[in-house]
Amino acid sequence: MTVDTEVRPGRHAAVPPGSSGSLLRSTGDWARRAPLMPALVFMIIVTQLPFVVTIIASFMNWNAYYPDERGFAGIDNFRRVVTDVNTRHAILVTILLTAGVVLISLVFGLCVALLLDRKFRGRGLVRTMMITPFLIVPVAAALLWKHALYNPEYGLFNGLLKGIFGDSAPQPDWISNQPLWAVIFALVWQWTPFMMLILLAGLQSRPLDVIEAAGIDGASKWAIFRYMTMPHLRQYLELSALLGSIYVVQNFDAVFTITSGGLGTANLPYTIYQTFYTAHDYGRASAAGVIVVIGTIIIATFALRSVSTLFKEEGR
Amino acid sequence: MTGQVMMVTGKKNRGGGWALSGLAWVVGLLFVLPVLWMALTSFHGENDAAKNPPDLTAPLTLDGFRSFFDTGPWPSIANSLTASILSTVLVILLAFPAAYALSIKPVKKWTDVMFFFLSTKMLPVVAGLLPIYLFAQFAGLLDNIWLLIVLYTSMNLPIAVWMLRSFLAEVPVEILEAASVDGAGLIRTLRSVVAPVVTPGIASAGLICFIFSWNELLFARVLTGTVAQTAPVFLTGFVTSQGLFLAKVCAASLVVSLPVLIAGFAAQDKLVQGLSLGAVK
Repeated sequence: MTVDTEVRPGRHAAVPPGSSGSLLRSTGDWARRAPLMPALVFMIIVTQLPFVVTIIASFMNWNAYYPDERGFAGIDNFRRVVTDVNTRHAILVTILLTAGVVLISLVFGLCVALLLDRKFRGRGLVRTMMITPFLIVPVAAALLWKHALYNPEYGLFNGLLKGIFGDSAPQPDWISNQPLWAVIFALVWQWTPFMMLILLAGLQSRPLDVIEAAGIDGASKWAIFRYMTMPHLRQYLELSALLGSIYVVQNFDAVFTITSGGLGTANLPYTIYQTFYTAHDYGRASAAGVIVVIGTIIIATFALRSVSTLFKEEGR
Repeated sequence: MTGQVMMVTGKKNRGGGWALSGLAWVVGLLFVLPVLWMALTSFHGENDAAKNPPDLTAPLTLDGFRSFFDTGPWPSIANSLTASILSTVLVILLAFPAAYALSIKPVKKWTDVMFFFLSTKMLPVVAGLLPIYLFAQFAGLLDNIWLLIVLYTSMNLPIAVWMLRSFLAEVPVEILEAASVDGAGLIRTLRSVVAPVVTPGIASAGLICFIFSWNELLFARVLTGTVAQTAPVFLTGFVTSQGLFLAKVCAASLVVSLPVLIAGFAAQDKLVQGLSLGAVK
């Protein structure tokens, strides 16, 4: 899949000096391209070819349980996917989950990055503590939330409630009561450090002399934040939202582990996994896959436009 | 106003500064708390681990780790190490020349190539899963660690290209010109001139690739079985486990996360550049 970005950053490589003769230049071009080719060819074969097969399969009747019925199906799979209540719910869940996790962890991440941008005793240690959630293997993190924190009988949350409020403390079943929030919260815990790291890098790349000058000229802290820090951070905010969305849209580990897709938390990746792995309905799984890709392209087209601004300052 | 300048530049500040520092500490502790809890629980006996309210003073024991290692996790950990390390090596071997072609002597339309690499990251894994599964079935590669190695390489290659490109873009042109005057060919230039300069970049790209490969679940779950099973797949065996195995589950989670935790703590600064795809510095 190639996302057509409509973005064609202006500065292409300058023509190298001493490339006047066309023969010379073509060999020069080839020498330039050669180091790129292995990676490019590898990526095209491993990522683009399978997707072409997915597109073909999405137009076919193809269920491993019914090998005799294999054949062209037209847009039947898509019709079934779009009209199926479960899939429609999965699309909604995917949107809620992605938007929820990305927005909440972006806001948390920004707040923590601002806190950590100041010098104070133990800043390095606090940063280390902050990034720990991101370093836990996602399945392990999900197991941790499911068993050690959320569990109604012996989880830490209810344990703390009982420890603080005594035996009559409420002991909610977190996952059953709010399954989607349970997943979102666990993911926010994992992704806030990611957002924080990128935004902290952004904060620390601010031109401090300009900001100091603004302070001396009488700009208030809020004005400096609003008119200097935020515009500078914009591309970092966009980048972290883009990267976060790419990963969270595809989340499988947390949904699989915490709720096993039950209680209305099955997102599209989980649904496709089931359609393909359990129901062996290859055609329908492919159609759902194509729909995910279309959705991702829509997000990506907007997001890539902003990433392209990162190139503009470079002219090499 | 000087007070505000101090705040902005983050030098000495009293009063409000203390509160903010304290707040930073509280937030940091809150985020690390679940992991500390997991670690503590893993050292408790199963009965103590499942107490409500929790008993922080319960005696420490290695029983949780013992019963985890009794379940035979070593083959899956070895598989994860193999897949992560080999795919990381492959990624660097492919990405390094590519990054050279995209930065130092850029091919025409290098930005388009960069976007192509990034766009492959946006192709949801599930959309390619079926053809890859069918191919593996056809080629007899199901439950084969090499298939995972190739897939993990494709998963991480774009990230590595992006990161290495930004590192290579900072190599001084002079030393390249000097190498070319001395008559060094491409491979020689890459190996003896460019590589030493960008070793930190290669290290951080490698670290990121290692972490993502180690963490991957979906491919591993669908494409491996008993022989090539990876550590995260092994962990999914605990998904349905109930009550009495809390210490064991925590010990398992901790052990499997340990390589990434160690690598991540050791190279925090590199993580920042890596996670932002090297696009921001």
